[in-house]
Amino acid sequence: MIFTLHIWRQKNAIAQGYFEQHQMDVSESTSFLEMMDALNEQLIGNGHDAIAFDFDCREGICGSCSLVINGAPHGKHRATTTCQAYMRDYADEAELWIEPWRATAFPIVKDLIVDRAAFDKIIQAGGYIATRTGSASEANTIAIAKETADDAFDAATCIGCGACVAVCPNASATLFVAAKVSHLSSLPQGELDSQRAKKMLTEMDSQGFGTCSNYRECERACPKEISVSNITKMNKLLYQNK
Amino acid sequence: MTDYVMDSQTPKGSLENRWTQHKFNLKIVSPANRKKYTVIVVGTGLAGASAAASLGEMGYNVKTFCFQDSPRRAHSIAAQGGINGAKNYQNDGDSVWRLFYDTIKGGDFRARESNVFRLAEISNSIIDQAVAQGVPFAREYSGYLANRSFGGAQLSRTFYARGQTGQQLLLGAYQAMSKEIEAGSVTHRSRCEMQDVIMVDGEAKGIVTRDLVTGELESHMADCVVLCTGGYGNVFYLSTNAKGCNASAAWRAHKKGALFANPSFTQIHPTCIPQHGTLQSKLTLMSESLRNDGRVWAPKNCEDCDKKPEDIAEQDRDYFLERMYPAFGNLVPRDIASRAVKLICDDGRGVGHEIAGKKLGVYLDFAKAISEYGEEAIQEKYGNLFEMYQRITDENPSQTPMRIYPAVHYTMGGLWVDYNLMTSTEGLFAAGEANFSDHGANRLGASALMQGLADGYFVLPTTVSNYLAQQKPLDLDKDHPEAAEAVASSQARIDQLLNAPDPQKTPDEFHRQLGSIMWDACGMAREKNQLESAITQIKALRKQFWQQVQVTGVDKDLNQTLERAGRIADFIELAELMCIDALTREESCGCHARAEHISEDGEAQRHDEDFSYVAAWQYSGKISMPVLYKEELNFKFVRPNTRNYR
Repeated sequence: MIFTLHIWRQKNAIAQGYFEQHQMDVSESTSFLEMMDALNEQLIGNGHDAIAFDFDCREGICGSCSLVINGAPHGKHRATTTCQAYMRDYADEAELWIEPWRATAFPIVKDLIVDRAAFDKIIQAGGYIATRTGSASEANTIAIAKETADDAFDAATCIGCGACVAVCPNASATLFVAAKVSHLSSLPQGELDSQRAKKMLTEMDSQGFGTCSNYRECERACPKEISVSNITKMNKLLYQNK
Repeated sequence: MTDYVMDSQTPKGSLENRWTQHKFNLKIVSPANRKKYTVIVVGTGLAGASAAASLGEMGYNVKTFCFQDSPRRAHSIAAQGGINGAKNYQNDGDSVWRLFYDTIKGGDFRARESNVFRLAEISNSIIDQAVAQGVPFAREYSGYLANRSFGGAQLSRTFYARGQTGQQLLLGAYQAMSKEIEAGSVTHRSRCEMQDVIMVDGEAKGIVTRDLVTGELESHMADCVVLCTGGYGNVFYLSTNAKGCNASAAWRAHKKGALFANPSFTQIHPTCIPQHGTLQSKLTLMSESLRNDGRVWAPKNCEDCDKKPEDIAEQDRDYFLERMYPAFGNLVPRDIASRAVKLICDDGRGVGHEIAGKKLGVYLDFAKAISEYGEEAIQEKYGNLFEMYQRITDENPSQTPMRIYPAVHYTMGGLWVDYNLMTSTEGLFAAGEANFSDHGANRLGASALMQGLADGYFVLPTTVSNYLAQQKPLDLDKDHPEAAEAVASSQARIDQLLNAPDPQKTPDEFHRQLGSIMWDACGMAREKNQLESAITQIKALRKQFWQQVQVTGVDKDLNQTLERAGRIADFIELAELMCIDALTREESCGCHARAEHISEDGEAQRHDEDFSYVAAWQYSGKISMPVLYKEELNFKFVRPNTRNYR
């Protein structure tokens, strides 16, 4: 399979970026990032700088990888991270445009790498249950309805990749915040902090993310299919001041 | 190099009281004095994040570092199956003693009794802690916590959050750490990689780091250093580890004097998706929990290997784990299952892709479970794993059996630590997969999460305090010439990587070459001649690496090629030590299967009279001439017998 790649190159946060063109010939069982590896091997072999991109686990759970492929964060498939994409998925395309996440709160570090520290800041503002090590009671003291626990789990599967922000016309992190609020605040252990949503949303604002105006693009782009119903849940909690 | 007097600090007395008594004997620091002490924690996975959160809560001044762009990305996140706890919620006869026994037996009697008992004892507190943090473990319809079984145990003691237990536990620890960052007790640096340990008067008092964005080298001083930097499975190039996992922090500590224990003890996990091509960058694990309902089989006859699995009649299928190990069946420990799979494939009965002329794969079949419990029930349990498999292979496991083959997954070996988790270097601690402590020669499933969190939440806060209580707080404003020296030598190494005399091969080319040498000689089967030849090859590769490695870009910039080259240089040195260790251990035990010491029916033959020890290696100044220290293992409470899972 032969592809023409247009890859975003940018030396650092302030430099002007541009698309660089490459040709790659790979087999269909090659993963998308293995194709990028192969390209980098060629570049290094020819004495050029490798293309910088984030990756780590390569199995869709660490949330590191973050490429916009032909305009779509994490590429064309639903519920898939970039590292889980295979070249066979692009069999009917000859050209691939590869870009970084684009959002004010995620400044470009180099080439395809962006700085997502703003997500850590949002969690630090209140995305936790304040239990001291050693102070926990016996685990089965509290029974939690299976349905509640399952919903909390579904919300908690967010991998913090930032695709929701990258796809949002407002570059809002509302789905990211709502997933954490909904995970923690719907559990009896997490009810006590009634200000969680407020604190996290305030931090989201000050980190330069936009607000939510219900485009619902985030849900579609989310590789973990986090539902926008979590936003409804969060708004309800805000309204009830819980 | 100095002679080291090994003291494991193992307490005496009855096993149940050792940890309690030991905690009482340790010194403590009063709350008012704690903020005078600085603790550096390198690596923020389960062990690092939980240690940082707990030490921060106590009032110490904690500095954390990780090479990823956020602590939430540490490789702990990828652990799928679960975490063990001796709660006995299932009323199936579990106890701390039984978890202890299963773990020490699972490790083939090559771990310390005291450590393993402590681990089992703490296991219950970890479950309590995680639930209080909001970790959404699976629950029964009653609202109480659910359990499942895992390899090496005949009962259900594993707590889980679908196939994402590691993710949920890591996020729990990450959030606890985030709370402390907000409170100001923890200062964190992401994209910052440790280059060296700074030694002051023979004790670890700081680290050198490289800012991975700017490339700047910096020194950070502290009263002690804790390494929670994970395992070194990536020595083999292809493994289930994340691409960034590396041995560099542990290896640099080793070269500064810390002993490295049982380096050859590498876990090869039986159920991974087989390799499919040469460009492949990593292997993907399919959780061991699948063996609860999946049956492992291969065709009885070689001529059936090319057939579709559904075309092979029931009587022509060999459910070899059930046949060989009727008592444990598909749930035998990982080392046993891996070896059995290898045996079948070596016998020419493998299925799937051919790699180097051999079909490397067997089936993991859910048809029986689906017909018994219904597809919905199986989807509920393993849905995300099935999806993951289908995405990679383009095949649906509820219709056609999965194909699996063993892959490198975890390293039981690591920095040698005493009962306090302190390495042989004063002031330098190691926790989680980075140390060697609790798993002996084979780790049981759902025990890695348990150990990482036991170390971080409950052991280190006590033992680090004990060390600090005996230290005068370091004057952080004082100029330490040792720091400048360590920075200079780190810079020299980087310069050398960037300026090889005859650059012609990329770092990854060296890595792939190293991986193939290691997989052949130091993987599932090991044999004297092959190990000796591997050592020769690795030595040559090391020389060639420093002559020919091609690293483009500059050092004062984000440069992933340079990062990789530095890690591979360390892997090459560690690989040699792994082979030396494997060569020296003239027995088979757990994961370590020496061809010379395997019984006719394929079982590992331990030689307790000669090898019931931890092999702790000291760096002598010459990579190829490490010095062996032996820590004898004394079993007072369990009797090492032949592991029998039949």
